[in-house]
Amino acid sequence: MTGPFRTAALALALACAAALPAAAARTTLSIGFQQEPTSLDPTADATAAIDGMLGQNVYETLMAVTEDGRVVPNLAREVAVSDDGLTYTFTLHTGVTFHDGTAFDAEDVKFTFDRAMAPDSTNPTKGIFAPIETVEATAPDTVVIRLKQPDGFFLFNLAMGDTSIVAPESAATNATQPIGTGPFRFASWTRGDRLVLEKNPAHRNAAEVALERVTFRFIADPAAAAAAMLAEEVDAFPGFPAPELLPQFEADPRFRVVVGSTEGEVILALNNGKAPFTDIRVRRAISHALDRQAIIDGAMYGRAQPIGSFFPPHHAAYVDLTGHYPHDVARAKALLAEAGVAPGTELTLRLPPFPYATRSGEIVQAQLAAAGLTVKIEQVEWGFWLEEVFRNQNYDMTIIAHTSPNDLGNFARGPSYFYAYDNADYTALWQAIRTEADDAKRFAMLQDAQRFIADEAVHGFLFQLPKLSVARREIVGLWDNAPVLEQPLAGVRWNG
Amino acid sequence: MKRRPVNLIFGAALVALVTGAALLSLVWTPHDPVALNVANRFAPASATHWLGTDQLGRDVASMLMAGARTSVAVAFVAVVLGALAGVVLGLTAAALGGLVDDAIMRLADFGFAFPALLFAIMLAAVFGPSLTNAVIAIAFVNVPTFARVARAAAHQVWTRGYVLAARAAGRGRLAITLDHVIPNIAAPVIVQATIEFAIGILAEAALSYLGLGVQPPVPSWGRMLAEAQTLLFLAPHLAIWPGLCIMAAVMGFNLLGDGLRDAADPRLARAR
Amino acid sequence: MAPYLIRRLAGFAATLLAVSAVVFFVMNLLPGDPALVILGIDSTEDARAALRAQLGLDDPPLLRYAAWVRGALGGDFGQSYMFKVPVADLIRERLAMTLTLAVAAMALTVALALAAGVYAAASHGRAGDWAVMAASQVGIAIPAFWLSILLVILFAVVLRWLPPGGFPGWDDPAGAARALILPATALAVVQAAVLARVTRSAVLEVMGQDFVRTATAQGLPRRRILWRHVLPNALVPIVTIVGLQFANLVTGTIVIENVFYLPGLGRLVFQGIANRDLPLVQALVLLFAVAVVTVNLIVDLAYLWIDPRLKGRVG
Repeated sequence: MTGPFRTAALALALACAAALPAAAARTTLSIGFQQEPTSLDPTADATAAIDGMLGQNVYETLMAVTEDGRVVPNLAREVAVSDDGLTYTFTLHTGVTFHDGTAFDAEDVKFTFDRAMAPDSTNPTKGIFAPIETVEATAPDTVVIRLKQPDGFFLFNLAMGDTSIVAPESAATNATQPIGTGPFRFASWTRGDRLVLEKNPAHRNAAEVALERVTFRFIADPAAAAAAMLAEEVDAFPGFPAPELLPQFEADPRFRVVVGSTEGEVILALNNGKAPFTDIRVRRAISHALDRQAIIDGAMYGRAQPIGSFFPPHHAAYVDLTGHYPHDVARAKALLAEAGVAPGTELTLRLPPFPYATRSGEIVQAQLAAAGLTVKIEQVEWGFWLEEVFRNQNYDMTIIAHTSPNDLGNFARGPSYFYAYDNADYTALWQAIRTEADDAKRFAMLQDAQRFIADEAVHGFLFQLPKLSVARREIVGLWDNAPVLEQPLAGVRWNG
Repeated sequence: MKRRPVNLIFGAALVALVTGAALLSLVWTPHDPVALNVANRFAPASATHWLGTDQLGRDVASMLMAGARTSVAVAFVAVVLGALAGVVLGLTAAALGGLVDDAIMRLADFGFAFPALLFAIMLAAVFGPSLTNAVIAIAFVNVPTFARVARAAAHQVWTRGYVLAARAAGRGRLAITLDHVIPNIAAPVIVQATIEFAIGILAEAALSYLGLGVQPPVPSWGRMLAEAQTLLFLAPHLAIWPGLCIMAAVMGFNLLGDGLRDAADPRLARAR
Repeated sequence: MAPYLIRRLAGFAATLLAVSAVVFFVMNLLPGDPALVILGIDSTEDARAALRAQLGLDDPPLLRYAAWVRGALGGDFGQSYMFKVPVADLIRERLAMTLTLAVAAMALTVALALAAGVYAAASHGRAGDWAVMAASQVGIAIPAFWLSILLVILFAVVLRWLPPGGFPGWDDPAGAARALILPATALAVVQAAVLARVTRSAVLEVMGQDFVRTATAQGLPRRRILWRHVLPNALVPIVTIVGLQFANLVTGTIVIENVFYLPGLGRLVFQGIANRDLPLVQALVLLFAVAVVTVNLIVDLAYLWIDPRLKGRVG
């Protein structure tokens, strides 16, 4: 075979291969997910995969968050807020039905909120409902919510899966038979294997939904995830677990690789209630001892952004504070000596079973060793971490990602929170942020808060957890960034 | 017939190699097995790094040597503890018989019935994973085996004429156990210990592989395998070396055990 | 014989009761509140208290254990905390995976071991024998999880013939079979190495007996003698070991399912422990224990049946 002819044949073959999916105008999508849902009710279980698969797809909320982080009406057609910021009036879409055929109206919203606020409620984020005074259905399409005090994050919170609108007829069985109002309805679930959704033709935006069928495959193993993508068994993997394998997918013309943002700040949490971290000089020494870029290179293969405080870099109010305590081992040693921490002092680093934590742990250990601290690593399971580290504050250091949005408030949670950080000035600042309705003023205060936390060196701030996704090149509409846990699929389609 | 010395010699050689590497690592390894150098990750084998470097730039050969130390130490302590407890139980059962015997053997049944791995997981979940807990878990699993071996061997001794005569002469059970039973059951117990040593090495590797054993940065073959498993597409060779080491160590102790058994009981050897 | 049987059955029940009690109290000792695991770190204390009340965790442990035993005797193993469905349903869903894997591995074990063992015995003292014995030493020493990794490197990473892990579901029988090849092989090799040695020595022993010598003297074909006369007579020890190995295989699936991410009972028990799902762990550990104890019992009874002289000594 001569050279030019072979090239032409190859081009023809490639063209055919490219044309095939286009001709079929695919309406099915298979998505890989590392985590498996334990139940299918987001109002009773905090497992992130429940929100990731079902949020805004099967279940809907009054408000929704867009990919760039804006809060927009969703099941509510519009929302009016009183001048004092205490009364929210929601006008609902009419003609909406749940997937079991029952009608949706203001009474369902009231039911949802009353259920979540009840004394025996097991809602995973009951704090969202704490500022609510009353919920009233004043008309079939109108709900009025009155707050006890203004809450700058209230509307954002009404987009969380914890506030998914459910019906009294089906709420009790949502754990296995989810019934919502969303653009997709539940088709089947095989535990340990897959969850299948199908298009809801009765949805108000059904005309714009291109996908007929979506299959979530649960693939926990990174190697299996890579293999499933390469074999085209799954079309997209929005939370790809292996940063080290991305170059291979970047080199493959079939795939698109995106390193997007999430709300997850990965921190080396220090127990501020326990010596030696009660001393700010020791905390500052830790910050100086850390070399963020080395941690990112070692643990994340370079695929993450460093952070100098507790705030996501993609947010409009972000301040870059990564240079506040530059990597300086000599300075770290001097600060430790000043604080009376002898070289060789032993500290325990309890690591939860997440790859970002275990991979970062050994590098942090080596960096702190260079500053003269002996770090003992303990890899513990999640249940143990929750009990011993989170609840009992029985730890020196840990590595954890805080994936909730707007979580600068963690530093105002006082000595009973596992940071054991308690600072009246900061608590007052956070109270002001929380009750400030004006965006510009709130953003300015959020910047003050970032500087405050960074200067206090409450923790070692490492990097922002990236959202690594690998997907077939022809798929459009998948979210690159993850401002919330949800992965909305109504706007996803195959191009061609 | 010729295989007998082959087993013994080959097994002893492998065991010497593994324990030798473990002992040597106390004073010397080619590099510091815990020194990180991310810039030099996944280096191929070379004169400096005989087996290359891992995902954090650590020297694989040095880690393997230090890993031998971990494996041998865990297996040794676990087998000694398990053998002590098991032999005492087995001797007691044989000496007293009746209800005590029954109770001890049911206890052994219970030990067998309880999945060892689940025991280790729970132990790690209660106290946090550590070297000590791995040792305890492996020792615990050894106890029923040693109890059965010791009891069976002791039973035979108790039916011998001179022991019956000693009983008739009014010698106490404890005295007979010390004078006659223990010397006669030493051989099967030592053979079993060698085999359990192999199982102990395998168990340490499995526990560390599951994240329940020694904690970083202490090198362990099992943990090296677990880390390598996530990198199969990138650096498959990292998963080869630690596995080969485990295999060599386990095979060494197994062959040594077989060889010792053959030497201790030539009748058995002929049948094999 | 009858009193012995009764004693063994009583021991069987006592062992299971002891296993369940240990699991129950250890799971209660585990640091980790199921309500905190389910509701996560943003949950409030009152929501967790409500969930604990709902799960019945507020009663004293002894009372809960008694209730569990009562339920279990009637076949009710309670409801899983995390999946919120009856434990029996979860186990039924996953039993197919674990049993299929164990049975497939067992079949492979027997096939490999009989072939290798009989061949080794037939070529006793020659190179073939030596090779089989050496290979079985290697097989015994290979950790099953490492063998799994090697198989994945070869067949999934380099050759790309088989998937490295995961399970496509029973709806896709070809895919399901492909997904089980590597795990079943990894499980079988170690067991086959043990069984091959047993087969070899059992066959050798029978080959030394008079009727075999007679058959050989009569000029019957060697292959026919081996498979028709020798092997059936050597089966007793082989079957005994196969029984014991089946129990090993069932517990062996715990690790292998986690290596290959197969949705079976082994993976479920890991998830259950991680999520502090007491009813689930309780039932699963009991199931594994029943498998092991039953096999032990059957093997002991088989011994008794084979060799009645043992009667005086067993127990």
